[in-house]
Amino acid sequence: MPRSLDPAASTDLLRIDDQLSDDERLVRDTVRKFAADRIMPHIADWFEAGTLPKELAPELGSLGLLGMHLTGYGCAGMGPIAYGVTCREMEAADSGLRSLVSVQGSLAMFPIWKYGSEEQKQEWLPRMAAGQAIGCFGLTEPDHGSDPSSMKTHANRSGGDWVLNGAKMWITNGSIADIAVVWADTQDGIRGFLVHKGARGFSARNIHKKMSLRASVTSELHFDDVKLPASAMLPEVRGLKGPLSCLSEARFGIVWGVTGAARACFEAAAGYARTREQFGRKIGGFQLTQGKLAWMLADLQRAQLLALHLGRLKEAGSITPEQVSLGKMSNVRTAIEIARQARTILGANGVTLEYPVIRHANNLESVLTYEGTEEIHTLALGQAITGISAYR
Amino acid sequence: MNIVVLMKQVPDTWSERTLRAADNTLDRDAADAVMNELDEYAIEEGLRLTEAHGGEVTIVSMGPEKATESIRKALSMGADKAVHVSDEALHGSDALVTSAVLAKVLERAGFDLVILGSESTDARTGVLAAMLAERLGVPQLTFASKVDIDGSAIAIHRLADYGYDTVEGTLPAVVSVVEKINEPRYPSFKGIMAAKKKPVETLTVADLGIDPAQVGLAASATEVVEWAKRPPRAAGVVVTDDGDGGTKAAEFLASRKFI
Ligand SMILES: Cc1cc2nc3c(=O)[nH]c(=O)nc-3n(C[C@H](O)[C@H](O)[C@H](O)COP(=O)(O)OP(=O)(O)OC[C@H]3O[C@@H](n4cnc5c(N)ncnc54)[C@H](O)[C@@H]3O)c2cc1C
Repeated sequence: MPRSLDPAASTDLLRIDDQLSDDERLVRDTVRKFAADRIMPHIADWFEAGTLPKELAPELGSLGLLGMHLTGYGCAGMGPIAYGVTCREMEAADSGLRSLVSVQGSLAMFPIWKYGSEEQKQEWLPRMAAGQAIGCFGLTEPDHGSDPSSMKTHANRSGGDWVLNGAKMWITNGSIADIAVVWADTQDGIRGFLVHKGARGFSARNIHKKMSLRASVTSELHFDDVKLPASAMLPEVRGLKGPLSCLSEARFGIVWGVTGAARACFEAAAGYARTREQFGRKIGGFQLTQGKLAWMLADLQRAQLLALHLGRLKEAGSITPEQVSLGKMSNVRTAIEIARQARTILGANGVTLEYPVIRHANNLESVLTYEGTEEIHTLALGQAITGISAYR
Repeated sequence: MNIVVLMKQVPDTWSERTLRAADNTLDRDAADAVMNELDEYAIEEGLRLTEAHGGEVTIVSMGPEKATESIRKALSMGADKAVHVSDEALHGSDALVTSAVLAKVLERAGFDLVILGSESTDARTGVLAAMLAERLGVPQLTFASKVDIDGSAIAIHRLADYGYDTVEGTLPAVVSVVEKINEPRYPSFKGIMAAKKKPVETLTVADLGIDPAQVGLAASATEVVEWAKRPPRAAGVVVTDDGDGGTKAAEFLASRKFI
């Protein structure tokens, strides 16, 4: 039975979303509607002003988006595909909004949920799930990005307490966070610490003049002899696998998320091609435009299938970091290509914030770099293929 | 308070809708199915009233198996339980038959208040509230943009072209609502998870003690004999402003009874 003949419905030509369960579709529709009501009317302005209203967090919390894939402590306890779909629909609005959800749920709540003490969980997770407390994740440093194992930030024991020194850079939500999950070197390897906003010696400063992910707060964190009690350390993990396991969670969301940004660009371009006229006809009637749109759609749907496949693997509990690397590397690149093609179809309108395309294209440059650059994921795959590490 | 909200699954208004060539009934497979939009407002109102006055919201839906999707949404929004009347025999039932079936369900479930959307986006008859009230022998308060309940007294604002009328009645009653009444909540993720455990009772026509021959296309009082696609929109009227543009525009609006 042929479905709607409306060209606008062709974004999911393969009807991949039919593979979703009723609940997952309900999650999709809920996030889509929330984004349409609460984000889309303002996003271009937020992007231009370089801000993100903090009031969104409790709204996202009451919907249940924050830490949605965790169980207990006020979290919804949903599956990986529902989480992926949520990231996709948030990022179809803006990568900055998706970053807020990723950082809160996968980078700040996840380590507390997985490696924290019972007291740490009780203290933070319910408030973070409700969006009443914001978290951030401090791994990257000014001089140590792709190579976090050589980090300089360190915590020394002083009696029963810790003293934290160092700096973190490019930290999403840094200055608005109530709690920072900070990874620091210690005598017995890298450990995670929960640092409260307002702890003496802890300061955060926003990074300005970003041309990407502008509707997201990015900060540098400074720790100058910050005294922390023994109870501030995450007890259940030691070594780089702590932060890397969090990143693996968040990257899975990116694999899905960027397909949302790409879809939004495709829709904008297809819509424009159907209405804009040059040389006395619709530009969508030119073969060059049709060629672009056809490939954009093919690439988009491939990326969506990849995301769904990784979702199934994660659901089965068998997903590996290399599989996530493949997804992140491949889907972010695909999304950028789609955004750039879409931009050409919009002509001059493609460079303004009146249309979503340039915003997505710029945002995706950050997504290409954070959570492991494209190069690093390439090398991770290279190592998986050849057995030879090119970087460690 | 025992509130029953009637909910119908309809073809998405955004997709191309069509009738089946075989029997001129709605082709429900041709388009994505969604909850009738006005029913979201009905559910929201039911939830608000039970939040204020206590009680339970029961969803009643008559429709094919696929309607479970929309029932799940209603439960995710916060309704407590649902009754789903699903039976092949119901295919093609018109408003009169539908009202007879729903009245049976309502009698069986019991209610203080029945809330429904003032119309569905598929058939758009807008008569169900009146038919139900008549069959159940209770007051109908229709096109409500506001509902107040005080004990067993109910008062609504009935939306009209000139503003609203205040209509009063006593419970039990049937209320149909319009879009202005509230802002429906989103189903929260916790609500979606909780909905999995909420009871949904599925009933056939026989379960309701109705003879299958009394329902469906054949038993319906109305019949779609013929149908045609809506003609494409005609080009608009261009008014050239030779100094009298305002007058011409006003005349045009007056000719269409807009002013
Ligand atoms: C908007 C934004 C938000 C961010 N949010 C966070 C956050 O919340 N928390 C956090 O901890 N970090 C965050 N980051 C930081 C991000 O994770 C890092 O920028 C990223 O890991 C890369 O580090 P770098 O910028 O220092 O680049 P470098 O590591 O200096 O890399 C520079 C270039 O060299 C390449 N390169 C490096 N090593 C190799 C190699 N061995 N072989 C080949 N090429 C190599 C890189 O791929 C890249 O192309 C954020 C970044 C941005 C832009």
